[in-house]
Amino acid sequence: MTKEEIIKAENLVYKKPTLMNDNPMHYCPGCSHGVVHKLIAEVIEEMGMEDKTVGVSPVGCAVFAYNYLDIDWEEAAHGRAPAVATAIKRLWPDRLVFTYQGDGDLACIGTAETIHALNRGENITIIFINNAIYGMTGGQMAPTTLVGMKTATCPYGRDVTIHGYPLKMTEIAATLEGTAYVTRQSVQSVAAIRKAKKAIRKAFENSMQGKGSNLVEIVSTCNSGWKMSPAASNQWMEEHMFPFYPLGDLKDKE
Amino acid sequence: MAKEVVLMKGNEAIARAAIRIGVDGYFGYPITPQSEVLETLAEEKPWETTGMVVIQAESEVAAINMVYGGAGAGKMVMTSSSSPGVSLKQEGISYIAGAELPCLIVNVMRGGPGLGTIQPSQADYFQTVKGGGHGDYRLIALAPASVQEMADFVGLGFELAFKYRNPAIILADGVIGQMMEKVILPEQKKRLTDEEVLARCPWAATGKNKNRKPNIITSLELDPAEMEKRNINLQKKYAEIQENEVRFEEVECEDAEYLIVAFGSSARIAQKAMETARAEGIKVGLLRPITLWPFPSKAIAERAKQVKGILSVELNAGQMVEDVRLAVECKVPVEYFGRLGGIVPDPDEVVAALKEKLIK
Repeated sequence: MTKEEIIKAENLVYKKPTLMNDNPMHYCPGCSHGVVHKLIAEVIEEMGMEDKTVGVSPVGCAVFAYNYLDIDWEEAAHGRAPAVATAIKRLWPDRLVFTYQGDGDLACIGTAETIHALNRGENITIIFINNAIYGMTGGQMAPTTLVGMKTATCPYGRDVTIHGYPLKMTEIAATLEGTAYVTRQSVQSVAAIRKAKKAIRKAFENSMQGKGSNLVEIVSTCNSGWKMSPAASNQWMEEHMFPFYPLGDLKDKE
Repeated sequence: MAKEVVLMKGNEAIARAAIRIGVDGYFGYPITPQSEVLETLAEEKPWETTGMVVIQAESEVAAINMVYGGAGAGKMVMTSSSSPGVSLKQEGISYIAGAELPCLIVNVMRGGPGLGTIQPSQADYFQTVKGGGHGDYRLIALAPASVQEMADFVGLGFELAFKYRNPAIILADGVIGQMMEKVILPEQKKRLTDEEVLARCPWAATGKNKNRKPNIITSLELDPAEMEKRNINLQKKYAEIQENEVRFEEVECEDAEYLIVAFGSSARIAQKAMETARAEGIKVGLLRPITLWPFPSKAIAERAKQVKGILSVELNAGQMVEDVRLAVECKVPVEYFGRLGGIVPDPDEVVAALKEKLIK
């Protein structure tokens, strides 16, 4: 079989979303960010919202999300993405507005902005990458770091007597009147990726239908920060992260 | 048709002028002595008339970041607060300046430091004109001295902000915010349509159509060579603003032998002091900076050639006096008089200070 025969339309089983450009990603090999970026690009394309979407990128590893998805972006200060998104959506109500935030950004420095944007029922979607560590700054303790887990700022493991407990922001979000859809997903397998994509699609559709605010947590790996291979990270996530951060829908206001 | 003259507080004038000039969004958080801005907007419900969005945010931090979001999306957006709240906004203001976004910030100053007092003060002069947040940036700073100027500077602030893609700030104080005066409000205008917004702000993040590259609103640039370029471009813009946008008012300066420099409510007190001094035969003039940045340095330097001394009158421990001295370059004595922590001086105190410090 020649290359020309292989690339015929009828043989096409996978295509990079056109919204994903060819810029080399700065993410580490094995990181979950790339997969989630791709899912967002696919959903925007499938919804036909390419020209009506504004993304809000965080401070953290995904600060450069705007380098990879060819849509309009605003890069927010650390933790402030939900406030930034609030204004964009209120001022341009027919736009699809989402934030893309990590655990430090969303569940620590931006806790107030996150809870209040969700509770106001802003018609936005918050994509929450929870890898239980600060990736960008070199692997420090996050608000979602598991008890006993070692990081650069809890090198002997997270000790509740010193550091307190990991924060379940998604559970909190599910209790808020303003939220329409709150779910926790992952992207470590094909089946999980498909489910996560469905969740993102539902959240985006909700926000365009004015149903309220939407939070999609993606329990993710940070193999560099965790100091494991990508495969070992996925296994560790399944064994340790999933019991504390169980997957599935926490709230679905149909 | 004669224009309608109405009586209202400075804070209320800010809110009503904002609705009338077609502001798209206001984001604020209650703090004395400026809560009437948000209260007036809530009472007026402009979302039902002009379509203006009004949000009481969860914090000053959230409010200024809503301003960042709205400004990055090309809309006319503003916030208001008072000193401690404006301190909280500094991070956001730095980002807005760094990303070169137009917006209006209003600071109705109260006495500090810390929680301080709710009484009027001008102690945020340094914060406003020297930085406040991190990085090399400047705000276009307008200092109203009347309720009329509170109303007028909303429009002027936005005009300059959009002209230069730079945040503008109205630096008022508790006196100007709380006192009632007659005012003529601007004519009611329609807000810009979405198409007009897109035409005015082709750089805004509003959704990318197929004919252009993505618009990315950011102040981030990791390559130091690129970051230096961005900084140099900012400084070029600031130099242009300094060249074109200095505003000040001179009162009885032609024959003046002494000059008082004062802004905002201090200028009102200083003007009365000037009249008292002139009745006593002391030829005093008043120079009132309207833009605190860009500062009217040239105008002050020019007057320094004719006067024997200059008194800077401020409701703080002597902040603007540093800029006056820089302008004057030691050619004549420059002294400071002020009261602190929410005390507003009597005009006679100013006259006494003038005599004691400059005439002797």
